[in-house]
Amino acid sequence: MTASIEEFERAIAELETQIERVRKLTRDQGLDRSDEIAKLEELKSDLLRKRYGKPTGWDKTQIARNPKRPFTLDFVRLMFSDFTELHGDRLTGEDGAMVGGIARLNDQWITLVGHQKGRDASERHHRNFGYARPEGYRKALRLMRLSEKFKRPIICFIDTPGADCSVTSEEHGISESIARNIHEMFRLRVPIIVVITGEGGSGGALGIGIGDRVLMLEHSIYSVIAPEGCAAIVWRDAKRGSEAAEVLGLTPHQAKRFGIVDEIVKEPLGGAQRDYDAAAKSLKDALVRNLAELHQIQTEELLRSRYDRFRSLGVFHAGS
Amino acid sequence: MANGWFGKKRLPGAEVQEAPPSIPDGLWTQCGKCREVLFAREWERNLKVCTKCGHHFRLTAPERIAMLLDEESFVEIDGDLTSANPLNFPGYDDKIRRHGAASGLKDAVVSGHGTLDGYALSVAVTDAHFMRGAMGSVVGERISRAVELATQRRTPVLLISGSGGGARMEEGLLSLMQMAKTSASIARHHDAGLMTIILLTDPSLAGIMASWGSLGDVLLAEPGAQIGFVGERVSQQAHLGKVPQGFQSSEFQLTHGQIDQVVHRKDLRDTLTLLLEFAGAPGVA
Ligand SMILES: [Zn+2]
Repeated sequence: MTASIEEFERAIAELETQIERVRKLTRDQGLDRSDEIAKLEELKSDLLRKRYGKPTGWDKTQIARNPKRPFTLDFVRLMFSDFTELHGDRLTGEDGAMVGGIARLNDQWITLVGHQKGRDASERHHRNFGYARPEGYRKALRLMRLSEKFKRPIICFIDTPGADCSVTSEEHGISESIARNIHEMFRLRVPIIVVITGEGGSGGALGIGIGDRVLMLEHSIYSVIAPEGCAAIVWRDAKRGSEAAEVLGLTPHQAKRFGIVDEIVKEPLGGAQRDYDAAAKSLKDALVRNLAELHQIQTEELLRSRYDRFRSLGVFHAGS
Repeated sequence: MANGWFGKKRLPGAEVQEAPPSIPDGLWTQCGKCREVLFAREWERNLKVCTKCGHHFRLTAPERIAMLLDEESFVEIDGDLTSANPLNFPGYDDKIRRHGAASGLKDAVVSGHGTLDGYALSVAVTDAHFMRGAMGSVVGERISRAVELATQRRTPVLLISGSGGGARMEEGLLSLMQMAKTSASIARHHDAGLMTIILLTDPSLAGIMASWGSLGDVLLAEPGAQIGFVGERVSQQAHLGKVPQGFQSSEFQLTHGQIDQVVHRKDLRDTLTLLLEFAGAPGVA
């Protein structure tokens, strides 16, 4: 049986420790061990290529959830300049699980909104583990409207296990806030690019998920339900998440097959978490290219295509 | 007039899930809420509302349409659409067949056009008796087409939810995309200056509520319906504690400003008529 991604990553970490040890030996004793180091490095790339070359849906799920992956604000730092964060929904609150602001992509002003997860315990709490609340979706809509007012394109980064389902969020209209965003995003008169950078969790993802282009990072997932939740319903056994991940069609390739996603953005070998700069560069290139294409399209045509793009999604039989 | 809605013919699905098997078919029925045994004829005359406690029983989509639209006015459209199994999801084909046979429906929605007190409109009703009313490609497509037809004919559209399942996970991401698709159609309908009315019945949850179920000019709900984002159980798990009394009921949503009005079944037609009149909906001569 193939090792799980987690087990595999532990083995790689061990290998990396060994490589570092040999390097230290070289430094400390002045002996040339470059042959051995090269061999070990080669072994590492080889293992990464094999394991990450053909990941299953469950592998992708684990990679997408890896807490070391770059989060929205990491990408922002590496791809944009002059990012100015803007807070609050102007109604009741501020949601740390959704960030947004204005920024420059090369020379072009854009508005960025995206889910934000946290790394350490306190930030995770502040970010609500990436489960955005109604305040977050309403803030996102406010900022997207700001962008429209000044005719700046919108970029959305999706990375959420799902929308927040607490009692408070229910009381504040979590359903309505997502529905409203989906509805309004079809009417925004500026180009929108959506990127799933990590976890694309159901309605929580779709709440900032309507655009003229939808991109997915190579090791991200986009799913109607968490595989564990699906397994709990179908087989009454949440532990069978790995099986559910294979049948749910949550990989970038499956999403592309059904026209839900337009482009898969390559990640560095072994995943974005191994090389933030390379991941950011790859994504930045894709954004610049797609934005340039969208700028060629007249607004009316843009809105019509956006409608047609989503209107055509679905598979069914017609005729008795 | 109200008494006549169920008068003419017995509708499919009249033996609702709440009837215990020990009682002879069709003569008696038992209230799922207060357990009172009700004389079926009287209960039907009461629009399937418990005569003792006021519990609104779930209706099938055909029953709902018969109750609300003018007699003989309903014309079904897109009745030929049936679910495919795009992901080859294990057991899905079989599930569709079983639910189809048990409910007499092709899928979890019935849609078409008709008149209500003379006002022409499009209507789509989701039905919890078919896979909990979950929104797959067929449900999304038929709702979108019903809305588009209304936009084209410049009539209001009435969308009625009886969907406990939200998304239909057997269709994976395609199911999620139905939220986008239906919302897009409603956005165009709104932009055309036309009315969208949403009626939420028990149950209305998840993907439905995070899309078309929240996008009416006016949102109405039947009393005591479960309406919310995720089921109470999931909310409870997420919260590691009890949820408040009456959480996610129609009345809860009314109190929290999420719906416009809770309307008793017997008053629905009148309320809808007023809204249609307000919208200046063209009547049918
Ligand atoms: Zn009762």
